[in-house]
Order: sequence, then structure tokens, then C-alpha cells
Amino acid sequence: MTRGRVLAGLAVALAAVPFVPARIPGIFPAPLNAPGTLQLLALCLVFGAVALSYDLLFGYTGLLSFGHALFFSAGAYAVTIALSRWQWPLVPALALAAAVGLVLPLALGAVALRVRGIAFAMVTLAFAQAGSILVYSNPGGLTGGEEGLGLVVDRLPAQLIGVANTRYLYWIALAYLIVACLAAWGAVASRPGRIWPAIRENELRVEVLGAHTYPFKLLSFVVGCGLAAIGGVVYVLLVGGASPSITTAALSLALLVMVVLGGAGSLWGAVLGGALYEYLDFRLVALAGSSGIHALPAWLSVPLGEPLFILGIFFILLVLFFPGGIAAVPGRYRMARAAAPDGRRVPGASSAP
Amino acid sequence: MTTVVLLGVTGLGLGALYFLMASGLSLTYGLLRVLNFAHGVFLTAGAYTAWLIATRIGGPDGVRDAAAVAGAIVVGGILAAAVELALIRPLYRRHIEQVLATVGVALALGALAEGIFGADARPVPVPAWMRGVTPVLGAAVPNSRFVTIAAALLVLVGLGAFLRFTRWGLVVRAGVENRELVRALGIDVQRAFTLVFTLGGVAAALGGALSDGYFGTVDPQRGTAMLIYAFIVVVIGGLGSIVGSAAAAVLVGLLQQFANYYGSVWWGFPSAGDLAIVLLLIVVLLVRPRGLAGGPG
Repeated sequence: MTRGRVLAGLAVALAAVPFVPARIPGIFPAPLNAPGTLQLLALCLVFGAVALSYDLLFGYTGLLSFGHALFFSAGAYAVTIALSRWQWPLVPALALAAAVGLVLPLALGAVALRVRGIAFAMVTLAFAQAGSILVYSNPGGLTGGEEGLGLVVDRLPAQLIGVANTRYLYWIALAYLIVACLAAWGAVASRPGRIWPAIRENELRVEVLGAHTYPFKLLSFVVGCGLAAIGGVVYVLLVGGASPSITTAALSLALLVMVVLGGAGSLWGAVLGGALYEYLDFRLVALAGSSGIHALPAWLSVPLGEPLFILGIFFILLVLFFPGGIAAVPGRYRMARAAAPDGRRVPGASSAP
Repeated sequence: MTTVVLLGVTGLGLGALYFLMASGLSLTYGLLRVLNFAHGVFLTAGAYTAWLIATRIGGPDGVRDAAAVAGAIVVGGILAAAVELALIRPLYRRHIEQVLATVGVALALGALAEGIFGADARPVPVPAWMRGVTPVLGAAVPNSRFVTIAAALLVLVGLGAFLRFTRWGLVVRAGVENRELVRALGIDVQRAFTLVFTLGGVAAALGGALSDGYFGTVDPQRGTAMLIYAFIVVVIGGLGSIVGSAAAAVLVGLLQQFANYYGSVWWGFPSAGDLAIVLLLIVVLLVRPRGLAGGPG
């Protein structure tokens, strides 16, 4: 298993980042092991894993859900409410978030999966909208409404508090990514996981072959959304609280963009797409606030000052001209090389996805 | 009683706005199988165009309002046609990619509107006659409610006549039933797609212009916020059915107004209506998965 070795090496390299004081000019404004850089890297790792969890639904099983943010924010708010509002210790709070992350996808998925295709997309969107309305309306003063809910830190271990300890949070984010990758790889290699792509390609055919697709889709939904809920917990620890913006459809759409950017149906592609999107988003926000942008004429500075405008246009171009995302790059490269020397096409090299 | 009347007419007015969005969404989906996330942007474009015109030009109220609505409709139509020609058509038959492209448009243009006009809501100069009230059964109902209801009825009747009595309407109706057969008969369905998409953009932009008068403000999130309810209306009504969308829009608008009002009066919970709509959607999908107009199963 050379591939497994490469990935294990990559994990070790990532784990060693907090000990490397190197500067990468142009990519990160501060040294690699500075708290700001580690925070950004940790966010990239978290969203890489959350994008991976969405890829299980969308890329692998063909379930176009617009409600993935609901489960991410359910985990985030469950742990924050338990810690900050109810003053629970850390372990029961984590257990609560895990329970929510299991029961909520099971219940909502059981209802939403009664319909297919676009209707499913809209139902998941409606569920997420209901969740968002609930969080914004601040029932019983529980969620903090528009203000969000800060994490009360006195019940947390000392290693998770303070800027100087960002490296521990970074390692937690890395651990989450590794767990998510192992879970995702295990899931798609399992017996039910092998049915998922078949459902994506042609659900009717799977049904005709005698497999009842509903439980397989529900399993995909629960695994994907459960992983997203854990991601919400890690995110809260990382940024120190839950804000209602993570409940909106904007995050679900961002996850969709991440997965398409990386390549739907490719696990490593989704991780890369999520991490890259988060990095670009962060850097574009910094760019929008920079003096160079303000010096430009208004017709340039206004659009360039909106990160989502740039990402949206980038996304459209990606969908139009680069289907398959980052994950398709090696295949294209091989195809180009195979076709290049004397213009001959190598049989089998043109296997379209 | 006056409260019930007021809530009822306001709910119908809101339902009318939902219908103006949902009609285009529903036809687009019926014909192209495209869930158009950019539809909210058409509404936002209409709302800002009307606001720009209303605040920039002088003249008597009537002329100014007519110019604002006409400008909104033109901009909405052009924008919709551009999106269809530039993004939907090249991705023909790749439905997921088409949806993704419209998501990109929604993200980009929504952000652009925020960049140009700022994130905060801006007041709209609502004409005096629209701000005035008309007594109905003892309740003082703002005239803007009647305007949106009248506009929605006009669009409903107009679309119905277009679908029933014109050749293009025939092509569209046949295309909703069976696209392959229409194409096999040598009829250019592509142009019907563009036409339907443009008409949907026009209706949404009209809704945007009227929403300025209805809410008295304009903000860049309006389109996205309304889009989600329009999606719910389309699913409850049955994808592809205009009459189903109209019935569902009325139902959703009324339910939202009444539940919001009594939710905040009885339980101090002003978002009750928004939640009630989601619950209605779930019930409808469990009982009639294909919506009100789609028949059981």
C-alpha cells in the first residue's frame, strides 16, 4: 500500500507544522508556526473534512442536499449551548453533540429521502432554513440570536485556551480530518458504500436489480451529516463560539462549491477543494481590505472587494470549462501526455468519468 | 375581525409576491428540469432597478412608478435571457451542472449587489397612493397589498392565456409533458427554453419592483430570502404547474402571516409563520410527494 504510506507521511508532515518556523512569502503573511497561520491552516483542515463529508452525499451517492450547514451548525450549537448556557463539563457536552449529530440526520433524512432529486434538494433546503430561523429567533435565550454564542472557557482544559495554544487546536483539527478520511474511505469501501455510486449513476437500475435503495441513501446521509456535526464541534473550539451565519444556506452552497472545485466523487479532491476554498476565502477577505484594492477605480474595486463575487465567477468558469475539478487534473495530464508524442490516442486513456 | 381581514389581505399580498417568483421557477423546472438558484437575483435586480429609477427621475408619481416598473421588467428580462444563453444552454442536459452554474450566478451577483449598494436596507420612496389605505370590512388595508395581488392575478391570467392560446405556449405545454417527443417532431424547444426563462425573469423582476412598495425598503438579501419561500411554494404546488403554484402561494402567504401574528401574540414567537411553512412542506411531501397539483404518489 504505497498510497497509504504517502498519506501517512502527509499526516505526519502536517502534524509537524507547528514546529516549523519557516516563512512562505506570498502564501502566508506570518511564519508557519505563528498562531494566525496555524488558525488559518486548522480552518482549512476542518473545512476540507466537512467538504469530504458532503462529498459522501453529493459526490458518491448523488444526493444533492442544500441543508448540510444545518448539521454542521447543529453540532456547533449543541456543544456551545451545553458548555456556555448549561455549564456542562466538556465530555457530556461532546456526548450531547455526538447524539445530536446522529439523531438529527437520522430523523430528517428519513423524511427528506421520501422524495428524490430536486424535491429532495428543496426539502433539505427547507429543513436548514427552519434551523436557521430557530437559531436567529433565539428561543428561550438559548442560541443568542444574531449575536451568536461565545464559548465559555472555564470548563475547558487549559490547552484549548489562549492564542499561544493554537497548536493544540490545530492538532485537533488535523485529528478530525484524519478520522473523517478514515471513516469516509472505510465507508466507500464497505459493502453498502459500494452501492452508493450505483445509486448515483442510475437509481432505477439498482431498484430493478432488487436492492432497496432507501436504507443505503439514509446510511450515506447519516454518515455524511454526522461527520459534518463533529466538524461543527471542532470549528467552535477553533473560533471560540457559534455565530448564526453558519446556519444559513450560504454555507451549504459554499460546501457545494468546495466539492465541485475539488471534484465531486473524489475523496481527496473534496478535501483539497474544501481546504483551498477556505484559504481563498480568507485571503480574498484580506485582499478586499487592502489598500491596493481601494486605490483602483470603483468599477474594479467594488467587485474585487467582494470575495463571494470572485469565488462565484470562478465557480461558474469551473463548471463551464473544467468539469471534474482538481481531481480531474492528473487524468487530463495523463491524457494529454498519451496523446501528445505522435498524435495517437492511447486506448482506454479517454475514459470519461 | 379587522385583524383577521388585515392579516388575510396582507397574506394574499405576500402570496402574490411568492407567486411572481414561483411561476417562473415552476415553468423553468417543468421545461428544463433546472432548479434556478439565480432566480432570486432576478428579483433583486428588479428591486434595485425600480429603486434607482424611482429615486433618480422626477415627474409626476404615476409616470415615475410606471418607469420604475418598466425598467425593472426590462432589466430582469435581459438578465434572465443572458443567464440562459450564456450558462444554461452550453450545459444543455447536464442538469446538475446547470444548477451549479445558477448557484454561481446567485453568489456572484448577490455579492455584487452588496458591493454596489451596501449591505443595509435602503428606504424606497413609495408613492402616496400606494402608502394610503383602503377600508375593507372595517380594516385599514395598505394599498400596496392590492397592487401586488392585482399584478399577480394579471401575470397568472397572462401566463395562462400565453400557454393556452399561442403557438409558443403550446410548445411549452407539450415540452413540459414530453420534451423528447416535441424535439422529435422537429420543433425548436431550445427557443422555448429561452423564452420561458426570460418570462420567468420578467415576472421575478416585477415581483422585485413591487416588493419595494410592499416592504418600503430594498436590500441585497431580499432575493435570496424570498427564493427559499418560492422554492417551498413550487414544491407544495407541484413542480411545473402554474395553477398549483398559485394555490400554494396563497396558502403559504396566508399561513405565514397568520402564524407569524398569532405566534408572536400568543407565545411571543414571531418566527412561527416561517416554521409553519416548513412544517406544511413536510406534511405535503409525506402525503402527496408530487405536490398539490401532482396527484398522489
